[in-house]
Parts: sequence; structure tokens; C-alpha cells
Amino acid sequence: MDEEYDVIVLGTGLTECILSGLLSREGKKVLHMDRNDYYGGESASLNLTQLYRKFRQGKEPPAELGRDRDYNIDLVPKFIIASGELTKILVHTDVTRYMEFKQIAGSFVFRDGKISKVPSTEMEAVKSPLMGLFEKRRAKNFFSFLQNWKDEDSTTHQGIDLDKDSMKTVYEKFGLESGTQDFIGHAMALYLDDDYITKPARPAYERILLYSKSMARYGKSPYIYPLYGLGELPQSFARLSAIYGGTYMLDKPIHEIVTDDNGKFVGVRSGDETVKAKQVIGDPSYFGAGEEGGKVRVVEEGKVVRAICVLKHPIPGTEDADSCQIVIPQKQVNRKNDIYIAAVSSTHNVAAKDVWIAIVSTIVETSVPERELAPGLQLLGTIHDKFVSISSLYTPTADGKSDNIFVTRSYDATSHFETVVDDVQDVWQRVTGKPFSELELKKADMDNVQE
Amino acid sequence: MADNAETSAVPDKPIQVKLVLLGEAAVGKSSIVLRFVSNEFQANKEPTIGAAFLTQKCRLEDRVLRYEIWDTAGQERFHSLAPMYYRNAQAAVVVYDVTKATSLEKAKSWVKELQRQANPNIVIALAGNKVDLVTASSAAGASGAAASNGDDDEDEADDATATPGEDAGEAENPEGLRQVPKDEAQAYATEAGLLFFETSAKTGEGIVEIFTEIAKKIPIDHILNGRGGASRSAAAGAAAADAVNLQNNAPKGKSPCSC
Repeated sequence: MDEEYDVIVLGTGLTECILSGLLSREGKKVLHMDRNDYYGGESASLNLTQLYRKFRQGKEPPAELGRDRDYNIDLVPKFIIASGELTKILVHTDVTRYMEFKQIAGSFVFRDGKISKVPSTEMEAVKSPLMGLFEKRRAKNFFSFLQNWKDEDSTTHQGIDLDKDSMKTVYEKFGLESGTQDFIGHAMALYLDDDYITKPARPAYERILLYSKSMARYGKSPYIYPLYGLGELPQSFARLSAIYGGTYMLDKPIHEIVTDDNGKFVGVRSGDETVKAKQVIGDPSYFGAGEEGGKVRVVEEGKVVRAICVLKHPIPGTEDADSCQIVIPQKQVNRKNDIYIAAVSSTHNVAAKDVWIAIVSTIVETSVPERELAPGLQLLGTIHDKFVSISSLYTPTADGKSDNIFVTRSYDATSHFETVVDDVQDVWQRVTGKPFSELELKKADMDNVQE
Repeated sequence: MADNAETSAVPDKPIQVKLVLLGEAAVGKSSIVLRFVSNEFQANKEPTIGAAFLTQKCRLEDRVLRYEIWDTAGQERFHSLAPMYYRNAQAAVVVYDVTKATSLEKAKSWVKELQRQANPNIVIALAGNKVDLVTASSAAGASGAAASNGDDDEDEADDATATPGEDAGEAENPEGLRQVPKDEAQAYATEAGLLFFETSAKTGEGIVEIFTEIAKKIPIDHILNGRGGASRSAAAGAAAADAVNLQNNAPKGKSPCSC
């Protein structure tokens, strides 16, 4: 360990692994370490033994759940938006060769006590039970307005300025009811709360378009999911990094981030060994998250409560879907933040046959977080077993430019990876001094295919 | 006999077989693949960078296998291979260096790891590489220590220890460099149910044989029927409609094996 590296990466969560892979590909000498003996950190998928070790110290998984190796249970529930930013990185780095993906079978929204499919096109809107006859006509006009919008053609604008007018103005222009606004803003634009309504409409417009485009790509839902669980994602990017010379060490306790007198990063100490590097990137848990005293490198922004539920049946009302997302918009249950349900099953090689894994999650608003999940848990039917966790969301206090210490963000409550990619792009720019958009994302020429 | 079917047009669709390489650093894993795939050998090969996914077709009587060969990319060095590496592997080549006794011990631990992590019906071949260093003819033909060392620097340059041949330089008695007797390795392989070969990536000895014999032993019917763990095919058969191919926009309607 007496070599010097360009970058040391701490933690093998998805954010760190994407950065590690891209940095190695750019020719940087990367050392990537994790305190756990498995890949993925918070974005790992665990087998039953690992899950029990984490949540039920000292207890063995029950035999009736089947073989340990059939399980790959995600800790953080997220899906990949088919036409989103993560998909672009997956394709351009060619790590898709290490994985197989399947569609998530359905996207649902909770309204007036029951769940319904989220309509995403004019056609679906016409058939949806979410709206009455006249509301359907108004929604149809709204969707065709969005789909026909062209920045350069003012005749498509119908008097709206997406950069100045609020989403409220747009909804009002088409006369959409508040229930319709609810599923558009929360189940399609995927906003976690209602703050977006009073802001300029463009970001909401872009999110709705992304949803529709992703929906159209494969047909059943806007989401895709890797076989064997989300933990395959960090593993794939770690392999990319290794292929380009990145060095991997798991099961390596990190004892100290060593700095010089000016607080600048020098190296990382594990036991008696200190490895030096020019820069360090790591997840908040390596930089004093949750600890008192010392230099504060991360602060808590909020908390997320998540309940991993083992089911022996599909979620009622989802047409026996092997997988789905259900959004419970905050207003429907008198909350400030939405509740999400993400369900996957043996179809995705994440559980034994006839077992579904549903994760219910939301941003914590009270002192009894688990109780806040009740409206979601009630939709699941009989819950065979349940593992509840409360995670703090940490954000770095500094941008790393002065001390060469770059801390990534915790995995938030959103149902997808778009904010993870935002973080990757942001850290990339700060670490390399170059905008992410300039990164050669074109296909890797690491192929040596012989036919 | 099988051969490398690069030119012959075969009507059959190749059967995709994932094959993983395992073994201590610098035993010649990448060189074995390079010999098999390109029929090349590079003396003093740099550690494996940028090419850790190769494919090669292998024709066997009436069918064609398409090996999808995964190299460790150095992730074995600190025991940091991901579960993904073993996942759905139908074959493995575990390599040791005949001039280094400890490398066989390491190979044995990799075999155990495979039995723990991989498909139960995975076909494992044990390859004792660098046999050119211990055979009189080729060692004598090699002009000095540097050439015989060529087989050495493999995946991890900084990890590569000096090859015995380099220091010894006693070409007259090359068998003296051997630290792993063939009988001993053969006995272990038989006991553990492994295919066994002594190989030289440098001369090509035994290389094609490994892949041919693996091809014969692969339970192809299992793969085709989607049983027995080859879940790539299984998944395709069970729910092709839901499988997606990110490389293009069309839903994946055909078998992923077709190329």
C-alpha cells in the first residue's frame, strides 16, 4: 500500500462506483475501498443472511423463506427511468453487458382510497378511471399541449411562458381539478411535495415529458430494473473501474482521513497503514456522518423511513403485477411528503418463487416515523415479515475545492436515480475541474470481440 | 474435435456460455485467453487493463458454443471479486503456475469459492500453466531467462513476483524449476471432479484442449431448456416480453443468444 494514487474512493455505493469507473476510464489511478465485505454500501442488495445480520442481530433467517442465494433485497428502493440519465451512462460505458434488465410491470397512484394505473398518454388518459368525462377532455388538451410544445414555435405556446409562468398557471389554463394535478405532479413528474406548483413550469414540463418518453420506450411502465437487484449496478461500475486499472479492497476498515496542517487531504489510514492520494471521494459514512465532534464535513438534511416488507402475494389491485410502483400523493393522506411503494419479485431474481418484496418509504415528518408509513402498509395485504429502518440524509458542508475532500450525498427518498446522477455530475465537475458534459461518454473501445 | 470456428458459416445459433477465469495474480490467466482467442502471446504482458471481456466461438461436432470470457480485471488481488462475477457462469478455468507451489493452494481455494458461489453444475477446469518453463525442449529453445519469463507478468505487475526461471537460468535442468508435480495436481483434480491440463500460453500447449473439453462437458441441454441455472436463457424464455435491451429501443423479442 505504499503507492500513491490520484484518487482514493471510499464506499462502493452506486455514486462512488460510477465516479470510480469514469475516473479510471479517464486514466486516473484509483484505489477503491469499502469497510464492508460486500459491494454496494447503502445501494447494495442483500441476501437473507446479510439482511438478518443487519436487522435481526443473532437470528437466523427462517427456512420457509427458501434458499439464501435466491434473495437480493435492496436497502434503498429505486427504479431506473428508461429514458433517464442513468440509462445514458449505462449504455455509453457499456456496462449493460454485465446486466440484464426487465420492465417494472406497472405504475399506480393512490386516489380516494384506492389505486389506479397512471395514465401517461392521451389515449390512456381517455380510458383512466381517475377522471370524469369532462376532466378527461381537459387532460387530453393539457397533454397534447405539452407534447406539441416547441420552444422556437410560439404558436404552440398558447400564451404560456414555461420559464416565467408557474405550473399553477398551466393547470389553471386547462382547468385541471386538484385530483388530476395530484397524479400529474406526483405520479408523473414525481415531485415529493407540492412546492413545484408555484415555481416556473419548465422543470415540471420536462419531468412529465421524461415520464411519457420512458413509458413509451418499453410499454408497461417508465421503469426498468436489473435482474438480481439494484446491487448489480455498483458491481458493474466497479468492474468497469477495475478493467481500467482501478484497485479494489473490500472489508477494509478506514480509521482516519489524514490531512496536513492546512486541512488539505493527504491520505487515508487503515490500521498502521496510510495510503496517499491527491484527492478523496467518499460517501458520508466515511466522513463522520452521525458522529459528534471533530471537523464537521456533513450535515443531516432530513430522514427517510423505509419498511422492507416480505409478501407471499402480489399487491392487491395491481392486476397481479410481478412488480410495480405505487405513489401515494401527500394530499391524499394529509401529509407534506408522498409515500412510495416499490415492489419486485422472483421475476427479477430478487426473491424465492412466489415471494414479493415491497418497500414502503417516505420522508420523516413526525417523531413516530413507522406510523407514517401506515397508509402504504395498508395497501399491501398480509405482511409476512417487515424490516424497518430510519436513515439520515446527509449532505456535504464543503465543495472540496480547498481540501480535496469530496463527499457524496445520501440516497434520497425519490423513486429513481436521477438525483444520484445529478450528484455524480456535480462531484465529477468539482474533482476534475471539467464539466460532466465534456466527458467522452462514447462507447468504450475495450471490446476485443472475435467472431 | 472442436476448432475455432472463425470462418466457417454454421447454420446453428451459437450457444452462449459464460466462462470465468480465476487464479493467483501473474499465473497467466490473461495469456491463456489471449492464446485461445487470438492465438497470440505477448512476452512481458502488461497487467490486464481495458480488455476483460472477450468472446470466442468454439465448434463442437454439431453445435457451436460462444464463450463469453470474463477476466478478473485484478479484482481477485484483495479478494474483492463481486458476486456478479460468478453469477450464471457455466464454466471456470482455475489457473496455477507449475513453478509455484503456493499458486496451487490458491487455486484450491478458488475452487472452493466457486463451489460456494457459482451454479452447482458449473464445469471447472484446472490449468497448470507455464509448463514451457519445465520442459527441456522449449526451455532450451528459449534464449535465456528473459524469454522464459515472458509468460509471467500477468494481471498485476506490482504483485508479480520474480519467476523462478529468471533467477535460476539453468536451462539444462528445467524440470528442476517445477514445484507442482503433475501427479499431485492430477490427483487433486480427479478427487474434486475437475478437468485437468498442463498448459503453456507461450507455446500454445494444452490451450485449445481446455476449451474443447469444457465444451464437451457443458450440460448444453440444461442451458437450452433454461434449466440448471443458465438463467440468461431461462429469463429470456420465461418472460421475454418484459426483458429490455438498452442498446436499442425495441423490446427484446428474441433470444439473447442469437448474434
